[in-house]
Amino acid sequence: MTITLAIFYFLAAFTVWAAAVVVFGKNIVRAAVALIFSFCGMAALYVLLDAEFLAAVQVLIYVGGITILLLFAIMLTSGIGAKAAKVVNDQVLLSVVAGIGLLVGLIYASVAGIGPVSGPPRLPETAPFLGKALLTTYALPFEVVSILLLAAMIGAIILARKE
Amino acid sequence: MKMLTDLVNTLYAITAAWGIPWIIPALVVMSIVAGIVVGYIAVASMFMIWWERKISAHIQVRFGPMRVGGWHGWAQSIADGIKLLLKEDIIPANADKVVFVLAPMVVFAAALAGYVTIPWAPGLIVRDLNIGILYMISISSLAVVGIIMAGWSSNNKYSVLGAMRSAAQAVSYEVPLVLSLLGPVMIAGSMSMGKLVEAQAGGKWFVFPQIVAFLVYFTCALAECNRLPFDIPEAESELVAGFHVEYSGMRFAIFFLAEYANMFTVAAIAVALFLGGWKGPWILVPGLPEEVAHVLFGLFWFLVKCYFLIFVMMWLRWTLARLRVDQLMGLAWKVLLPIAFANLIVTGLVLVLGLQILLYVIGIGIVVLAAVGLLRRASSDTVRMQKAQG
Repeated sequence: MTITLAIFYFLAAFTVWAAAVVVFGKNIVRAAVALIFSFCGMAALYVLLDAEFLAAVQVLIYVGGITILLLFAIMLTSGIGAKAAKVVNDQVLLSVVAGIGLLVGLIYASVAGIGPVSGPPRLPETAPFLGKALLTTYALPFEVVSILLLAAMIGAIILARKE
Repeated sequence: MKMLTDLVNTLYAITAAWGIPWIIPALVVMSIVAGIVVGYIAVASMFMIWWERKISAHIQVRFGPMRVGGWHGWAQSIADGIKLLLKEDIIPANADKVVFVLAPMVVFAAALAGYVTIPWAPGLIVRDLNIGILYMISISSLAVVGIIMAGWSSNNKYSVLGAMRSAAQAVSYEVPLVLSLLGPVMIAGSMSMGKLVEAQAGGKWFVFPQIVAFLVYFTCALAECNRLPFDIPEAESELVAGFHVEYSGMRFAIFFLAEYANMFTVAAIAVALFLGGWKGPWILVPGLPEEVAHVLFGLFWFLVKCYFLIFVMMWLRWTLARLRVDQLMGLAWKVLLPIAFANLIVTGLVLVLGLQILLYVIGIGIVVLAAVGLLRRASSDTVRMQKAQG
């Protein structure tokens, strides 16, 4: 049991606990706050995997963008000053089946091993590597994702415009 | 700094000899460093609060704190701190207790975490991360979440309004902030704060080629700190106190401390990236080893530059009028963002194609602006003719 392994177990437990609060919590605002903690836990796990650029971007985008968006949506739809909305769930059986299927798949993948994933290459700095890869080898997926984001933004502006 | 690294290494060696796992001395060192940083934040914030009251007073032709402690009321902040500590801790009746208590902690944690990559002096950074500047931007976006939590959990319409406005403002101004910071990063070729300061050697501060980026960054930094003229989230005359209206005593003090700590952080980023960081003239002091003299002078110049920028921020607060919230958002999205993009494009072109491309850019820019101006004049002429006829 090395120190790194202990830190990993602690971070993983923290992330899973926060995610459990998100899923099982009755108060939706507390669920959103727990989502922040689970994203930060994910960022810490990325740091453990030596992907420091990805960790910083995870905090910047997920915590600094997506959770704020979620909180805005909660605040704007629950009414200002009202008690936070109750969480309802009608699809418990379906989601349990899907969750068990995903769990079986993940256990199989981690036990059978997927080759090079088990030993990540140690890069001194991931940011230049990612930048080069995104603009040379993976330029087409990069541009396609940009167009997708542009379409989403245009859609949002059109939906939000007053007619 | 070599002396400090040697000290830490001897500590590790001693504990390894005694058979203690390396995590224990690591935690001890981290706690000591964190304690020093928190101590600095507390003292610096108290000084800045006193300084702000003095500057605002003299701009408004009055004196400010004069009594507490004798000389110009220097102990006023200490007295205020003690008063806030002794106040009753009120939690509103229907407030969400957990989120209410957690919000100031999140905001202060985000403000504190930004101090990890501040380059105080050559070799005197807590940790010179190789994603230094990106880390600081990510952490500042964490503070916005704390503000929303504070506003929502107070169970108060004005808090929620203030929190939403503050979040919208912070998120909008983050985009030109990041883009303007990319200019120096592109020139230096690295995101590490230490390397960014080193790249400004020889008096070639980045503020000269990147003056536009510096002005955009400074404006966005003012907005990120919720300082006037971007004061709407905390507007005392409009929203009572915005998102922290229900907080009293020490909880409010934590928000206040975090705001001033944030001010120092954004000033430190501006100094490190644009104003040459800790670089400045230094001399060999007879008694001290060369490295220590270099560090002390570096620290001195860094603090002088930072506090000069903080003085400018405070000066602007008491000089300019507050922007309305729609003017504020319009400024971010319609003015600062295109300027930041233009700066990024021109920087990239100059870096790849050399300086002569600047002449082409300026020429094309003049032609485009003239064309746009003529088109607007023509369209306003047609509008006037149509109004006169119809």
